[in-house]
Formats: sequence, structure tokens, C-alpha cells
Amino acid sequence: MLAYIIRRLLYAIPILVGVNLITFVLFFVVNSPDDVARMHLGMKHVTPDAVEKWKVEHGYDQPLLYNRDAPGVEQLTDTIFFEKSVKLFAFEFGSSDAGRNIGEDISQRMWPSLAIALPTLLLGLLVHISFAMLLAFFRGSYLDLSGVILSVVLMSISGLFYIIAGQFLFSKVLHLVPISGYEPGWQAWRFVLLPVVIGVISALGSSGRWYRTIFLEEIGRDYVRTARAKGLPELKLLFTHVLKNAMVPILTGIVVVLPLLFMGSLIMESFFGIPGLGSYTIEAIQKQDFAIVRAMVFLGSVLYILGLLLTDLSYTLVDPRIRLS
Amino acid sequence: MTHTLLEVKDLKVRLGTGDHAVRPVDGVSFRIARGETFALLGESGCGKSMTALSLLRLLPQPAGEITSGSVKLDGEELLALPESGMRNVRGGRIAMIFQEPQTSLNPVMTVGAQISESLALHKGLDGDAARQEVISLLDAVGIPDAARRHNEYPHQLSGGMKQRVMIAMALAGDPDLLIADEPTTALDVTIQAQVLELIAKLQRERGMAVLLITHDLGVVSGMADRVAVMYAGQIIEQAPRDAFYTAPQHPYSQRLFAALPDSSKREQRLTVIPGTVPPLNQVFHACRFAERCDRAWDVCRQTAPDWFAQDDMHGVRCHLADPTLSVPDTSKNVPDSTEQKTTAANEGAGTELLDVRDLQVYFPIQKGLFRRTVGYVRAVDGVSLSIPRGETLALVGESGCGKTTAGKGVLQLLKPTAGSVCFEGTELVDLRGEALRKRRSEFQIIFQDPFSSMNPRMNVGDIIEEGMVAQGIGGDAGKRRQRVDRLLDQVGLRPGHRSRYPHQFSGGQRQRICIARALAVNPKLIICDEPTSALDVSVQAQILNLLKDLQGELGLSYLFITHNLSVVSYLADRVAVMYLGRIVEEGSVSDVLDNAQHPYTQALLSAVPALDRDAQREIIRLEGDLPSPANPPAGCHFHPRCPRAVEVCREAYPPSVQLSEGHSARCHLLGE
Amino acid sequence: MIKPVLLWTDALVFLLVFIVVAFGFYARRYEHLRAPWREVVRGRIAVASLVVLTFYTVTGLLDSLHYRKALPMQDGQVEVQYAGDVVSVLDGLLGGIATQAEKTYSAPFATTLFTRETVVDENGVQQRIFPRLKYGGAHLKDPLRERAADIAGRSLMAFVQALLFMLALFVLLALLLGRHWNSTVLTTAKRLWHGESGVPWRTFMITVSLLVFLVLLIANLAPVWHVFGTDKVGKDVLYETIKSIRTGLVIGTLTTLIMLPFAVLLGMMAGYFRGWVDDVIQYLYTTLNSIPGVLLIAASVLMMQVYMDTHPELFETMAERADLRLLFLCLILGITSWTGLCRLLRGETLKLRELDYVQAANAFGVSRSVIMVRHLLPNLMHIVLISVVIDFSGLVLAEAVLSYVGVGVDPTTLSWGNMINSARLEMAREPMVWWSLLAAFSFMFTLVLAANLFSDAVRDAFDPRMRR
Repeated sequence: MLAYIIRRLLYAIPILVGVNLITFVLFFVVNSPDDVARMHLGMKHVTPDAVEKWKVEHGYDQPLLYNRDAPGVEQLTDTIFFEKSVKLFAFEFGSSDAGRNIGEDISQRMWPSLAIALPTLLLGLLVHISFAMLLAFFRGSYLDLSGVILSVVLMSISGLFYIIAGQFLFSKVLHLVPISGYEPGWQAWRFVLLPVVIGVISALGSSGRWYRTIFLEEIGRDYVRTARAKGLPELKLLFTHVLKNAMVPILTGIVVVLPLLFMGSLIMESFFGIPGLGSYTIEAIQKQDFAIVRAMVFLGSVLYILGLLLTDLSYTLVDPRIRLS
Repeated sequence: MTHTLLEVKDLKVRLGTGDHAVRPVDGVSFRIARGETFALLGESGCGKSMTALSLLRLLPQPAGEITSGSVKLDGEELLALPESGMRNVRGGRIAMIFQEPQTSLNPVMTVGAQISESLALHKGLDGDAARQEVISLLDAVGIPDAARRHNEYPHQLSGGMKQRVMIAMALAGDPDLLIADEPTTALDVTIQAQVLELIAKLQRERGMAVLLITHDLGVVSGMADRVAVMYAGQIIEQAPRDAFYTAPQHPYSQRLFAALPDSSKREQRLTVIPGTVPPLNQVFHACRFAERCDRAWDVCRQTAPDWFAQDDMHGVRCHLADPTLSVPDTSKNVPDSTEQKTTAANEGAGTELLDVRDLQVYFPIQKGLFRRTVGYVRAVDGVSLSIPRGETLALVGESGCGKTTAGKGVLQLLKPTAGSVCFEGTELVDLRGEALRKRRSEFQIIFQDPFSSMNPRMNVGDIIEEGMVAQGIGGDAGKRRQRVDRLLDQVGLRPGHRSRYPHQFSGGQRQRICIARALAVNPKLIICDEPTSALDVSVQAQILNLLKDLQGELGLSYLFITHNLSVVSYLADRVAVMYLGRIVEEGSVSDVLDNAQHPYTQALLSAVPALDRDAQREIIRLEGDLPSPANPPAGCHFHPRCPRAVEVCREAYPPSVQLSEGHSARCHLLGE
Repeated sequence: MIKPVLLWTDALVFLLVFIVVAFGFYARRYEHLRAPWREVVRGRIAVASLVVLTFYTVTGLLDSLHYRKALPMQDGQVEVQYAGDVVSVLDGLLGGIATQAEKTYSAPFATTLFTRETVVDENGVQQRIFPRLKYGGAHLKDPLRERAADIAGRSLMAFVQALLFMLALFVLLALLLGRHWNSTVLTTAKRLWHGESGVPWRTFMITVSLLVFLVLLIANLAPVWHVFGTDKVGKDVLYETIKSIRTGLVIGTLTTLIMLPFAVLLGMMAGYFRGWVDDVIQYLYTTLNSIPGVLLIAASVLMMQVYMDTHPELFETMAERADLRLLFLCLILGITSWTGLCRLLRGETLKLRELDYVQAANAFGVSRSVIMVRHLLPNLMHIVLISVVIDFSGLVLAEAVLSYVGVGVDPTTLSWGNMINSARLEMAREPMVWWSLLAAFSFMFTLVLAANLFSDAVRDAFDPRMRR
């Protein structure tokens, strides 16, 4: 088991190196720091001096990969690659183009993100599974059919519509909750409620349908027939035998996104003015603050790889057939 | 007849709706007395499983529906019960075990939990009392160390063990009737013997009635008190076991017996039942068997026969039994089924074609931090065999013994780890790339599963031509086409079949196409990997006949891989018995099958259910299951299961002992 | 005189159309390729959604035939000069709607602007009134009284035209099918009317007629009314929505076209060759996959934007620039989305390569490339097809989100995402400007719903697990 975890962690290193290289190429090779500086300073009438000044201010004044002028090891360390990319491995994100410390920003902003994402996930799991169970129990009936049609319709509606319509209805017309904003502490629930409900509803179509498919697949298996031949009532059969087996793909599908919950949702947070990592990212994108985007890309990959590892470990917990060697 | 437990009358089942509706059960009636074993015998698709499922009202939903009939258990009409009442019957009064123990148990629940569920439902037991009862049930079905097994998951048990757990689960509700749907079909023959013995023993002890559903005449013979034969959704014959085995009445039953291969039929062609079972989505106005019956006459093709009961126990659904009809003498219509096999004189017959020495095929097991290879699965561990031209060597063994891997190793489809495969004097193991590719036309393979052995997206013509194109055999496109037509004709299909797709053929026809495909490149050796085990007995006979004819005409050599000893006795010249990657006994068919010396061979032979119950044979019980080839037992691999093992067997692998000319075995007991 | 312009996406769209048509002709010859499609067109929902998709596709294709108009000849000019803006055949067909711009917002079927303006009337008195629109309802003298009657009259006209069309379609179908079924026109018509045919022709007819009715409605109303109102700069919202169709379709299809060869080839190679090839490919897609999709897209698009901004000399016209940005967006979406399909195909190939028919081909010494082409690829195609049709709707929806984030299509490109994005800013306005949102969402919803329903039908017909 331990050997397995260690091997998986070792396997993560080349992947992170790969991610790092991709971001490096994207951010520094496709466009040289000069281009970026020029873009930030406004395209026209930029003097070379201004470009140099901007580069020095933001630490882009070194060569990309190899510093011919520096002594010794610093030939490799006094480079953009080392300063901006390699240091990510130590979670040193540096400062944003606007001059703020990214690491600090992240550690503050991940909590509001989590406050939205975690309830959405848990409540969603409950609602979606119940919905799918209901359809599976009445499989083949008109209830099932209309449920499936509802799912397809819900799936076909743009996520943006749910947010806009939800804000319009609950905040503007009914005045139940504030349109947007956030407050730390217990008062947060007023701001969290609407995004969570919208998050759950907007995913109902796809998740509900997917879970229903999983349930129906399990219901068709031989062990269900065995359990029926035992005289087990249908409802009990669904909630013990079928649910237990179906939870294997459902749970493991969720574990992979668990770490990514910290990253928050771009759209949701920006619409509702939640000061989380999602809106942080989107602001960075809109302000073209590449230092933040780069940090988020790396952080996202780390969390995803962590999610993969957790997935494999969770398999061993929910599925007795799998024992990791 | 004593007290009737179950009475089924005119049961009809429909699957699906509209034009595609199928009637797998179409007017089935029978009764089962308390404590007796009633066997429902039939080939695949005859409706026997559907009959069983409809007794418990467990037909696949929403497609399946019982359209009419009556099922009375102790006089109580089951079809009228509400669903809640039916739940007390299921598991409580009628229990059922299924064919596939692998998939019939819930993989994420412990064995104990699954059995206790039944106890809670039907006996109201829970907590410690339930636990005790589960353990005693596991004990009763012969699971060693029951207390520990209680907390294990199904995947930790072998196939035979799982079927025992299924039986324990069925017994939990103390049922009056046990329905066993092909309970041993997925199991090896030695395990089958154990499970059948267990069912018989439990039945005696508990006075249960058993409805045994099977396709295996041998199993029926050993177990049943009474037999009913099903064909195309109907029972066509019903008789007490002895009467049925001495004198089957219905032509279909008679032909089933005749189609079974065995050594006494070696010099003849097997009797076949031509054609296939008619599709059940039609309304029948004639006898359902008439198209395939050699004794059918006009009446059979015009009216459906009634049930003619000779007495309470005995009856047949055939116009031949109708006392009001004068039956024409149709014996002359019997096709010449005892025609001598034609043996072409092969040039070079008898000289070695294939010579395999110490073949090893290992699969590495990787573990730990850097996936180091910590061991090997020794699937094939030093196999030597040779096949002369025009002869058949049968490689016999239970599943997991490595026989298929050995076949693929010989063909170089798997790279052997070590050893030599000498084909006509050429060392195949050393051949690489193009050199090997060029020789591939000379040795071919036929697979077990006719459904996966052909690309569903290619038509038959392209499938057969594939090898010719790859090997550059058969000339241009036109010539190849002619050759495909000739091959189709040779294997008993029509040239018109060329443009059809595999899914349009039945299992037997597909196997013929596979044979044609192999023949297309003029091979000298064909490896037949269980070519008939997915087929029904009547179809199996057709394929065996075909293989035998082709050998006679073309002088082919076969390496025939199988677990079916009766096929071996019919077809093979020599036999090699494999156990855990090694050959334990080898010799001519008569040496090995009639005068087996190795304890494993003896046990294997004794476990095969025989048609003839009177033959006083002791079944040699083998304990436990086949060990893992990753970690074979020290010494003789067979010693943990061997009833005659002695001290030396635990220490050293026995050397090969020459018993007589061409008959050898590896056993310490034979050393002196 | 016009000068045709072939934009990059146009070329690729027509390449895609060519591939689909060519495959159609190829599939006609093979029963196993035809059979599942026949299954698809037997479903009523599938046929209805196919008709809807066809309408969208035709619109998109018309919008992909681009040209530049010739400018009127000046005196003494020898060479023909062409206008700087690139227009499409669709623009030509839509005629006035494209150019009839008001000053700013106006509600659907409004005759006045949405906002008050200070106007000085002929007496020199300043008034704050809702000024009349330049085009919307301009043909009416007294809009308050005449408006309802005018709209009703034009709608009725469209309805009558649609009925006539339906009748014509019915007769045509009866004639054509009658020949096909070998029955008289009358019995054919009866069967059609009662919906007694394997292919649900009645559903086909009704859906087509319904859509034709909508088209006719637009044709009758749009020239004199702003059916969906106007946006901030006074452009007709209906025109923008219709023009957005092409953008949605291009993103939904070209992305797939671009990623497909990689996904199929790499997935198949990884599964079939295994060993180090497998390791490399797996490493590649795990790495790409581990970067959260939106972030990778955002980063790539941002970088592309910077590159385009710093190299303005590369693009001749605005349209070309916007088009290339669209193409790159497809490319980037393709790069980030091939991994899922690739992994799926790898897994399936691993299963297929152990199947007996592949083993049999090995036993014949068939070469590896032939095995891949003849045995593996055809048996993977249903997975590819299913994932393509499922991806399509996801991509159309993704466009809106990405445009909102600011990493979508060029701001000058008309797309539903851009429409929603700009309309969102007006949400706070009282009373609300809702028509842009409604128009964009409903056109997008119809397309995505049709695509989802169609993909369900395709999956049911092609998934062998379902067919068993």
C-alpha cells in the first residue's frame, strides 16, 4: 500500500514537470516577455526603455533558460525558467503583475471557494442520487420517461441561464437573498444559498441521468436476480445491493474532483461576487495577469493529480475486489 | 406418484411485444413430487431457464410476461399471489441457484451478509443467532473454515466455492423446492462432481425436491428421478429416468443420444440433427421438430402433435405415438449416418510434423515501487509434445491448466519464454518478423467462441479471404473468390453466404466459417481450441464430423485443446493430460482413457458424468481447487489434492515414467 | 460583381461537409454501416431533431459562403475596387435586417426607442420623449392603433404560406413515397396521414412545416419590425442571433474535426502497441488532462491574443482576424478535449486486441497496420461517432461560457456567448433589457436540445451493448 502511494507520488513528478514545461512554453516562448510588456503598457508608442523598466519591475529581465553572464550555478538559476517555473514546485508563486503576493491571495481566497463548492457537491450528491433512484425504481413507467426528458431538457440549457434566471427570480423579483457579495463567518449562508441551489439544479440533468444509467446497469446484473430470488423487497434491494455497487463508480468519480473544490467555480463566483479562487482567476484572465494564471494552472494540476491518487485509494475502500499492491 | 409439490399447467411466456415478441415457453406442463429430482433437459434457447424463472415470477422486466397457465405450489396458485406474497415464496419455499456463480453474488457484500439477508427474511434471525446459522449453513455445504469465510467477499472464493455459497443461501430459507439452473455448467468437471454430490446429499438429508435444469445428459443421468425434454418452448417427452435412458421415445431425444461422441463411435460419423432450432417469434402450425426430423412425414408438417400420455409418468409429443395414425415406414429416410470415414492416403503420414520440447510461457508478476518482476505466472511450464502428420493430439485439462496458452505458444502468438517449437524441421521460436510471417499459413487456429472470432464488420467473403491476401495465396481477386466459394461448399455452407455478415449465422455455422477461414491458407496443422464447447450437442456433432472429414481428405494434423473427454475419445489419436502447466500423462487414446495411470487422470475420468448409471464406478473426489500457477505447490503440483499422495510427492516433482510403448506419466507412485 | 472570400473556417467547414457526404456514399454500400442509421431515422424524436439540426446547418452553411461586394466604379477607375467588409450569402438573403440599425435599445416589436431622449420639436420646444424608430414599424402612421393588426396580418400571411407549403410537401412526399412503396398516391397519402410508415414521415413533415412557418414569419415580419428588438448600438437582435448560429456550429464541429485524428490514432496506437508507445501517449494525455480545462484554454487563448495583438500585420481584414481567432479557439479546445476520447479508445483497443478475430489475423501474419485499419478502426468507429455527437452540444454550451470569461471568440464575432455577455451588463437596468438574453438562450437551447436528442438516438443505435 505504502509502496503504491510512493510510486504514484513519484509518477506525479514527471507529470508536473510536463505541466510546468507546457506553461513555460505557453507563457514565455509563444510570446517573449518583451511582447507581454508591450501589451501591458499599451500597444502603441511604447519606448524600449519603458519595456525594460516594466520587465525589471516584474522580474522578467533575465534570459529564458541560460544566463551566460551569471557565475556558476546561477547561470541556471538566474533565469526566468528557474525563477518563474521551477520555483512553482516549492509552491512559491511569487507576486502578481499587479504586485500582490499570489501565495497569500490564494490561501485567503480558497475558503470562500470551498464554502460554495463543498455544499454544492454534497447537496448535489444527495439530490441527484435521490432523483436517479426515483427514476430507477419506477423504470419503464411514464414517471421515468418524463424524468429522462426533463434531464435532457435541463442538460440543454446553458449554465449561464440558470445563474441569470436564478438571480433574476430569487433576488430581483422575490428578494429572498442578496444578488451577490460575500461575508465571512456564519453570515455567509445568505450569500452561499443561491449559488449552491443553482449549482445543484444546473447539474441535475447530466448527473441524474448518468446515475440513472449506472443504477439501471446494476439492476440488470445477475446478483440482483439472486437477491430477488431470495425474496428481497424491491426497495430494499435498490437501497442495499444496487446502491452499494453503484456507489463504486459514483464515489470514485467524485473523489477526483474533491481537491479541485478549492479552485472554486469561475462563473459562479464571478456572477455572485464571491471572493474565491474562481473569481480570482477570472479577474486575472480579464486583466491579463499572467503570473496568477500561471500559478493557478500549476496549482490546478497538483490538485488534480492529488485527486487521481485519492481516487485510486478510495477504490480500495469502497470496492473489496481491489487491493493495491 | 406421492404427494405433488409443484404442478405447472400449460404455462406460456412472452418476451417483448409486437412483431418481435418471442414465446420461449409455450404450453409447458409438469408436476414435481416432494423430495424427487425432476430434470428439465434441453439445448440452449429451448426455454428451460425461462420456465424456471417464471415459476418464481422473476422474468426479465419489463419485457417478460406470463400470458397464461397455472403454477400451483402445494395447491396454492402462485400466479395469483400478490407481489408481497410471492416474496415469501421466493427463497422461503422455492429457492433458486444460477449458472454463473461468478456474477450471481453481490461483489461488494460479504458472503455472510448475503446469506443472513435470507435468514432475516424467512426465519427472522439476526445478530449472533444469524451468524451462527450462517456458519452452520456454510459448514453444511462443505466450505472449510466457515467462521472465517463468513466475513470474506465473493472474489476471495473460487468458482466452486461460490456455487456452494449460492447453495447455502438457497438453503437458508429451508425451501421445499430447489431450482438449480445449470448449476455446474460454468465449473470444471472435478468441481462439478463435488457440487452435484453436494446437491444430492442435501436433498436426501432435507427431503427437498429439486428441479434440475441442464443440457447435459450425463448430469441428468446421475441426478434425476424423472426427466422432461424441452424443445423450442415445449416439453416433447417426459419419462422416468431409467425408461428414458433405455428407450427414448421422441426422435429428438433419440438423436440427442446418438449425437454424443464417444470411443465406440470412433470409426463412424456421428449422427447429426441437421438444421437449427426454429425461431420462436412465430406461430407454429406443425411439429416444431419436423424440419429436422428424419422420421417426419406429411402429418408432421401439417398439424402440431398433441401430448400422448402413456401413463401418469410417461408421455411424448409426437405423431409417431398417436395410436390413431398409421405411421409410414420411414426408416429408409434415415440418412446414411454410419458411413465409414474415408481416409485418404497421405503422403508422409506418420512422420513428425510438430515437435515441441520443454515449452515455457511465463507471464511476469510485477510488484513494489519500481514494478520489479517478483515472480512469474508459469502458465506453461515445460511442455513437450509431438504430432505426426495426419494425426490428432488432444491436450486435455481443466480451466486454468495452461492448455490454451500452450496452443498460442506453439503458434508463436505468444512468445515462449523458453523451449523449442520445431515445425517440419524449422525452429519457429527463432524465426522473427517476415520469416515467421511467411510460415504462418502452415499452422492455423480455430477458437472456442464463434461470436468473438470473426470481425462483425466484415462479410464472410472478406473474412475467409483475409489470410489468402495476407499470405499471397490463391491468385488474383477472381480466383480467390472461386476459392472462397469452394471452401464454403467444403464446410457445408452455400457460396451465396459470401456477402453476409457473421451475426446472420448461428453458432455452428460461424464455427464452419472459422474452419473455412483456417483452411483457406492450406495449413498442415490446425490448433482447435475448444472448438465445440460453446455449441449444443447436436451442433457439436456436425462440427466434429466436419473436422474428421477434413482430416481424411486433406491429411491435416490437429492439436485439439479441450476439457471434454468424450470428444477426445471420439476424435483423438493421442492424448496429453495437462495439470498446472505441465503434462502429467501422455499416450494413445486407449492407453490414457481406458488404462489411466496418473491419479489426476483417473480422477478426471471418474468425475465425468456417465450416461450409464449402472456402471459401478467410484467417483474419485478431489479436494479443493486448482492452485495458482503463480505459486505452484512444491514437489508434485498435484499432491495437495491427490488422494494417494505420499511423502516423496511433497518434496520432488516426479520424473517421467515410461509405462509402455508411447504411454508415459509423471507420478512417483508409478516409479517402481 | 463580387469577389468570393474563402476564410479558413469556411474551407474546413466545407471539408467536413465533403467528408460527411463521402462517408454517406461509402456507407450506402455496406449493410452494417447502413443498418444503425436506419435505426436512427426510425425514431420520431430523432427525425424531428435531425430536421431542426438540418435547418441550423443550412443556415450555418449559407453563412459560410463569404464574399466582398464590388464598390461602384468611380470615374476613370480601371480596376474594380471591393468593399472592405466581408459578407456572406446569408447576409444577402437577410437583406435589410443586417443594416437597419436604430440608435440604441428598443424592445421587440417596438416602434420607439427604449430610452427617453431629449428632442427639440419643430416649435423649438425641448421634450423628453421616446423617439420613433427609424425602421421598426416605420411604415405605420399611428403605431398604437395599427401595430397589433399589422403584426397579426403578417403572421396570418406567414401561416397561410406555411399551410400551402405543407400541402405541397405532403403531395410531393406522397408521390415520391408512392413510387417507393409501389402503392397508389391515395393510399400512400392515407398511410402518411395516419403515420403508418417505418420512417416517421409524418413527423418529418410536421417539423419541416413548423420550421418553415417560423422562417416565413421572419420573412414577413423582420423587414419592418425588430422581432427581437435591438441592442445597445441599435443592431437588430434577431440578425445577431441568426449570425451566431455559424459560430456555434463551427466550434461544435471543427473542434472535433481537429482533435479526431489525434485522438483516434494515438488511442489506437497506445492500446495496440502497448509498451513504451503506450507509456508515452499515456504520459502525454495525463499531463494535458491534469491541467484544469478552462485554465489551459484561458492560458492558451490569452497567449494567442497577445500574439495577434503584437503581430497585427498578419491579417488583411478584420473578418480574417476574427476568423483566425475562431479557428485557434477550435484548435485549443481540440487540444484540451482529445484526451477523454483517446483514453476511451485506448481502453477499447486493449480489449479488442485480445479478441479472437484479431488473434486470428495475427495467426495469418496480417501486418499490424492492416489489423489496425481493418479490424480495430471499424470496431472503434461507433465510440468515435457517439462521442462526437455528444461533444457537439457540450462545445456549443462551452462557447458561451468561454466568451463570458473573456477567452472565447473575438469580441467582433457574433456569437451567443458575446450576446449574453454584453446583455448581462444591462441586467441591472430597470426595466430590464431581456430580449437579447432570451433570443440567444432560446436559439442556443433549441440547437443543443436537438443535438442532445439526436445523440441519444445515435447512441442507442450504435452502442452494441444496447443492441444485444
